[in-house]
Amino acid sequence: MLESYVPILILLGVTLANAVGMVVLSHLVSPFRPTPAKLEPYESGMTPLGDTRERFSVKFYMVAILFIVFDLETIFLLSWGVVMRSLGWQGFIAALIFIVVLTVGMIYEWKKGALEWE
Amino acid sequence: MHDMGALTGAPWLIAMLIKVLVVFFGTMVVVALLTLMERKVSAWMQDRLGPNRVGPGGLLQPAADGLKNILKEETYPAHASKLFFVLAPMLAIGPALITFAVIPFAAPLPTPWGLVDMIVADLPIGILYILAITSLGIYGIVMAGWASNNKYSFLGGLRAAAQMVSYEVSLGLSLIPIFFLAGNVTLTQIVWSQQQELGWWYAFPLGLSFLFFVISAFAETNRLPFDVAEAESELVTGYHTEYSSMKFSMFFIAEYSNMVTASALMATLFLGGWDIPFFTFDNMRVIAPGIVEGAEPAWWKTLLTFGAFGIKTLFFIFLFMWVRWTVPRFRYDQIMHLGWKVLLPSALAYVTFMAAAILTLDTLGVPFDFWYGLILTGVNLVPTVLFLVLIDRDRVIGGTAPAARRSGPLPQGITATRRPNADANVERENQEA
Repeated sequence: MLESYVPILILLGVTLANAVGMVVLSHLVSPFRPTPAKLEPYESGMTPLGDTRERFSVKFYMVAILFIVFDLETIFLLSWGVVMRSLGWQGFIAALIFIVVLTVGMIYEWKKGALEWE
Repeated sequence: MHDMGALTGAPWLIAMLIKVLVVFFGTMVVVALLTLMERKVSAWMQDRLGPNRVGPGGLLQPAADGLKNILKEETYPAHASKLFFVLAPMLAIGPALITFAVIPFAAPLPTPWGLVDMIVADLPIGILYILAITSLGIYGIVMAGWASNNKYSFLGGLRAAAQMVSYEVSLGLSLIPIFFLAGNVTLTQIVWSQQQELGWWYAFPLGLSFLFFVISAFAETNRLPFDVAEAESELVTGYHTEYSSMKFSMFFIAEYSNMVTASALMATLFLGGWDIPFFTFDNMRVIAPGIVEGAEPAWWKTLLTFGAFGIKTLFFIFLFMWVRWTVPRFRYDQIMHLGWKVLLPSALAYVTFMAAAILTLDTLGVPFDFWYGLILTGVNLVPTVLFLVLIDRDRVIGGTAPAARRSGPLPQGITATRRPNADANVERENQEA
């Protein structure tokens, strides 16, 4: 079983070698003549104002949290999906209860406004 | 049942190395040609000529671009985190190029040393591998956005992360009905199910799944209409604003190889992979090393099925470019709305509906063959039509801003579409011209 992963490892090796090679090659052959203006962060020609890494909208954090919940749901449903036909109606009811519970959670977050981006 | 002999020892190793290199360099060459194709297709759709100076019909343009990008000056912006800045393009390009490994691209090839599967690695986890690896692509983009220390890059990286994460859920959910029918997560089994067991390409009995998958794949690859991570009219070029030279090229290669993989995946999951429709001479699968069920393998069958796979993949790649010049970019709140409030609930409801439909067919004792697929295709029309009718296009992805909608209908005498003196303006412009 595990030997079927060997080609993946080799492909990964080739890909990484290629990625590193590209960076190194272009580093070796390309010129590098820095000037202060060239190294400034690009802000459409204006002098950069303030630091980039400041606080940003909490919405992005919220989406990440929601993603974990629903991605886990997907993975659970995925394993059910593979054996769905042999489990029959009993498995269907069980999965339905699982989906309903998560849907209630989703309705809650929807009503709370976690999905609004305005 | 045909025993073609299992491949072992040195021939196995050589065949595997050849397959790895063919897939790797094949993807790279296809990506290079795609950059040309994109420009040619864009030109064609806008009634221009496109690149036609370098080589015959502009064929050498990708080589010229590649050479130029290697020789161009590199910049490392001040205050950038240099380690992550260099690491980001590598992280973007890595997952993009290794995802293809589990996609079968032709019928198995018989050789004097044994049977060669036309797939780099037939992993037992199949699609799970694809889901796992493609989600790694987010890291490259977020890291690029954060390391650049540029506000445009930062916003682009954040947007990309939230968007890819949101659509990954509906992408995963749209795959579940496939497992109902295939009963396995390996892509070889999914192809076999479509060509022989059910005899229907899943695009028909699982039409809505197909639609959800295509939409999510567009969002996952950051292509228009979902390219807010780059959005050149708002964020310059988003997360790779500060990148120059080869590192910029690497993000480009990553984007295009993601596109190739997504297209190949759509072809494999919903259009039968390398299956040639209406013929049974290519319906075969490897059940154990060297042992084939169904039709007998032959070199010309491998060649033909590879052609079929190529045509299907190319169709989806063309679809990517076609959509790019057809649909305008979504606003960010529209993207989130579509992902969380439309696709996610619809996909969940669809999964439940199809599970019930399939179990009902099983309970009624319908044999799993052509008629099963036909009935399912008919049943599938119900949610598909319902979805397309119920989806209120103006509210879901429409042009009205949320604030404008809340304020109610426009006062009398003012219409949203036409300014009162629009005709007069046109008249005046014509006279000036």
